[in-house]
Amino acid sequence: MTTKSKREKTVKWGEEPKIGWMEAMYLPAVMSGVATAVRHALSGKPMTRQYPEVEPEIPANYRGVHRLNRDEEGRVKCVACYMCQTACPANCIEIIAAPAPKDDPHWENRDKYPATFTIDELRCIYCGMCEEACPVDAIELTSIYDLTGMTREEMIFDKEKLLSVFDKTIQSGQDPVRTNRGALGPASEEAETAKQGPPPPGRGRKG
Amino acid sequence: MPKVIVNDIEVDADPKDNCILAARKAGVEIPHYCWHEALSVVASCRMCLVEVGEKKPDGTVVMGPKLVPGCQTPIKDGTVIKTDTQKVKTSQALTLELLLLNHPLDCSICDQAGECYLQDYTYKFGKAQSRLDEPKIQREDKYHIGEQIALFTDRCVMCTRCVRFTREVSGTAELQVVARGSHEEIDVFPETPCNNKLAGNVVDLCPVGALCSKDFLYKKRVWWLKSADSVCTGCSTGCSIHIDQNEDKVYRLRPRTNPLAQGHFMCDEGRFGFKYISDERRLTKPRVSESIALSKKSNGSKAGGLGDLNFSDPWSDVLEVTRTKIKEAIKTDARGFVGVLSPFMTIEEAYLLASYLKQLDSRVRLVLGPVPMVGTDDMYPKGPKGEAPEAGKVKFTIRAEKCPNRLGVEAVLRHFEGQVISVAQVAAKADATSWYFVGGYQHGWVDESIDRGVGKPSLLIVQDLFPSPLSDRADIVLPSGSFAERDGTYVNHSGLAQTANAAVRSPADTRSDGRILMELTERKGLYNAMAIRKEIGGVIRSLAALGVGDLGENGVKLNASNREPVFS
Repeated sequence: MTTKSKREKTVKWGEEPKIGWMEAMYLPAVMSGVATAVRHALSGKPMTRQYPEVEPEIPANYRGVHRLNRDEEGRVKCVACYMCQTACPANCIEIIAAPAPKDDPHWENRDKYPATFTIDELRCIYCGMCEEACPVDAIELTSIYDLTGMTREEMIFDKEKLLSVFDKTIQSGQDPVRTNRGALGPASEEAETAKQGPPPPGRGRKG
Repeated sequence: MPKVIVNDIEVDADPKDNCILAARKAGVEIPHYCWHEALSVVASCRMCLVEVGEKKPDGTVVMGPKLVPGCQTPIKDGTVIKTDTQKVKTSQALTLELLLLNHPLDCSICDQAGECYLQDYTYKFGKAQSRLDEPKIQREDKYHIGEQIALFTDRCVMCTRCVRFTREVSGTAELQVVARGSHEEIDVFPETPCNNKLAGNVVDLCPVGALCSKDFLYKKRVWWLKSADSVCTGCSTGCSIHIDQNEDKVYRLRPRTNPLAQGHFMCDEGRFGFKYISDERRLTKPRVSESIALSKKSNGSKAGGLGDLNFSDPWSDVLEVTRTKIKEAIKTDARGFVGVLSPFMTIEEAYLLASYLKQLDSRVRLVLGPVPMVGTDDMYPKGPKGEAPEAGKVKFTIRAEKCPNRLGVEAVLRHFEGQVISVAQVAAKADATSWYFVGGYQHGWVDESIDRGVGKPSLLIVQDLFPSPLSDRADIVLPSGSFAERDGTYVNHSGLAQTANAAVRSPADTRSDGRILMELTERKGLYNAMAIRKEIGGVIRSLAALGVGDLGENGVKLNASNREPVFS
C-alpha cells in the first residue's frame, strides 16, 4: 500500500496528446519535411560533411579513446587504486598493482603503481565513469574518435599504449590536461582542505 | 543478569561486560579503536566515550557529569548508557578529527580501504572537514618491522593494539611505542624485527591501514574478495578462518573469531601456508595406467575409450574403471584390500569411502594414513626467555600434529573397523595386495617404509594432491581437492566438530574428494555435506552430535559421554 502511494507521488504519468483531423492526415508534416529539403537544395550551401578530407570539430567533452596521464616527472600518474576498474560497467579495465620500485630515485615518493594497465577498447562503452571515479585524474577520455584496428588484440590497449596516447594528444595540443588534482586526491592536500573547512564556531583563530 | 538500558533499550548483559559489549547486545554500536576483546584495556583512543548514568530504584535516572570511555566502564544492574546525545556525537566527531589530523588520507593506495575503521567511523560519526592549517607530519614507511608485516607509520592512530598483542598474546614483545606526544610511533628495537609465529595477527588487529601484510600488499582491493567460512587445516588446533578469494584464486586467510576453537587469532604458518593449493606441481588430471587402459580398450566397452581422455570428460570413464577394479580386487582377496584414510579428509569423505568399502566386503581393511607430527606443541604467550607459559595461562597453541581431522577419521575407523590401525603397521606386514590411498597432505607424506611396504601391489589407487612415489607407479590416480575446495566437517584436538565450506572451484580437471567419492561409491545425486552429516549422526554413535546437520558458525563439541571413543 505504502509502495503504491509512494509510486503515485514520484511517478508522473504522461498522456498521449490529442490530435485533430488535420494532424491525423499527416500531410502537413510531410509537406514541411519536403519544404526543408527544398530550402536546403536552393540555399547553395552544401550540408554534406566532407569527412575524411575535412575533420569535424570535436567538442571538448567528447568521450573518445582513453589516455593515461603522466605526472610532472613523466611517471604514470595512476596510483593503481582500482577505482576505475571498480566503477567500469563494462568490465573492460584490468590493473595489476605493485609496490613502486623504491630503490629507483625516480619512484622514491610513490608507494603503489600499476604494473600493468589494460583497457579493452572494444568492450568499452565510453561512458566516462573511469574518468569520473579517478581520484588523481590519471585516466581521461580524449577526443580521438576514429579508432580502428585490424585485429582484436591490437584494440586491447596496455599501459605503454595508453601513455603514448597521452603523449600524442598533448603534443598535438588537441586535449590539454583538464584538471589537476593532487597526488592522492583533494582530501590529501592539507592547504586545500583547510580552506574548505568552516571556521570553528565561536572561537575563530586570531591573526 | 544485570539489566542495562542502552539508548532506552533494556537488555540483559553479562556482569563481566563493559559498556561496549552491553551496547552491542542492544544492537547499538559504540565506535572504538584501542579496545579489543582479547587484549587488555588502555582506554587511550577516546573513541568510545559515552554518557553513563544510573537508574535508581525509585525510577529516576542520574547521568554522570562527564563522558566516560565505554571500554573501561563496567556495568551493573541499572546502568544507563547513552550514545546518541549531542554531547557524545560532538565528542566522537572531534576525536575523529583529531585522529585524522596527521593521517595522510591516502585511501586510494591503502590496502585497508574498504575494511578500515577510520573510513567507516568517519562516515558514520565523523565530519567532512579538517581545520588543520599546518602541513601534516609525514613519516617513513617501515618495511623492516617484520618479515611478513610492513608499517605505514603515518596512517597509525596509536591504538597500541599491536603492541599489546606482542606483549600479552605472543609474549615476544617486539613492538613498542617510541617517543611521545605527536612524535609517537610504533617501532621495533634495531635488529629485532617482529617475526614471531603469530606476527600476522597484528595486521588483522590494526583497525586502520598502518600494519599491512607484505604477502597481500597491493594484491587485491578488499571489496572484490568473497569469503567463505572454513577451518585451517595446518594443525589440529583447527582455527576457524575466512578464506578470501576472487575468481577462484585464494588471496588470504583471516582468523574467524571462535571461542570454542582458537579464540581470535591464527598462526602465520596457517595464514601464509595456503599457497600450496595453487602449486603448479599439483596433479591435474585423472590417469589410469596403460595396462588398464589397453585392457579396457580391447574389451571395447565404451566408445571413445580411455585413449581419448583429452576429448571427453576424463572422470566418468576413470571412475567406472576404478569401481570395477576395486570390485575385482575385493573379489579376489578381500583381506588384502586396504583403504587408507588420511587425517586430512573430512568426516563426510572418510565416511563415504569407509562405508562403501565395508559394504562391498566387511573383511576389507581400513587404516589411518600417516599423521604428520612436527616438533612439540608451541604455546603462547612466551616468557621473557622464550619459555612456554604455565598451564592455564596458555592463550594460543600451535600444535605438533599437523593435520586437521585425526580424531574425526579415527571415529569413522573405529565404527567400521573396530580399532585404529595405522598404515605403517599394515605396510610393515606387507600382506596387502591392493591399496586405495587417500592423501591430501600439504607436504610429502610417502616415507620410505610406506613406499617399501606397498611395493608393487596388484592394484594401487592414489587419490591425492601432489605427485609422490606412489602416484608415479599407481594404476589409477585421482587428483583430489585442497582444503579450500572441500565441504565437510573436521574434528579438532579437543573434539570440536566444525564445518568448512568450499571457497573456490577445483582447478583444471581435479575434483574435490567429496565429489569423487560420491560418484565412485555409486550414490545418487550431488555431494551435499550436510545430508551426509545427518546420515553419519544416525549411524556412528560417537558422532551423533553431527545429526543436527547445521553445526553453526562455531561448531559443536562432540558430547562428553562420547568423548571416550573419540579420544582414546
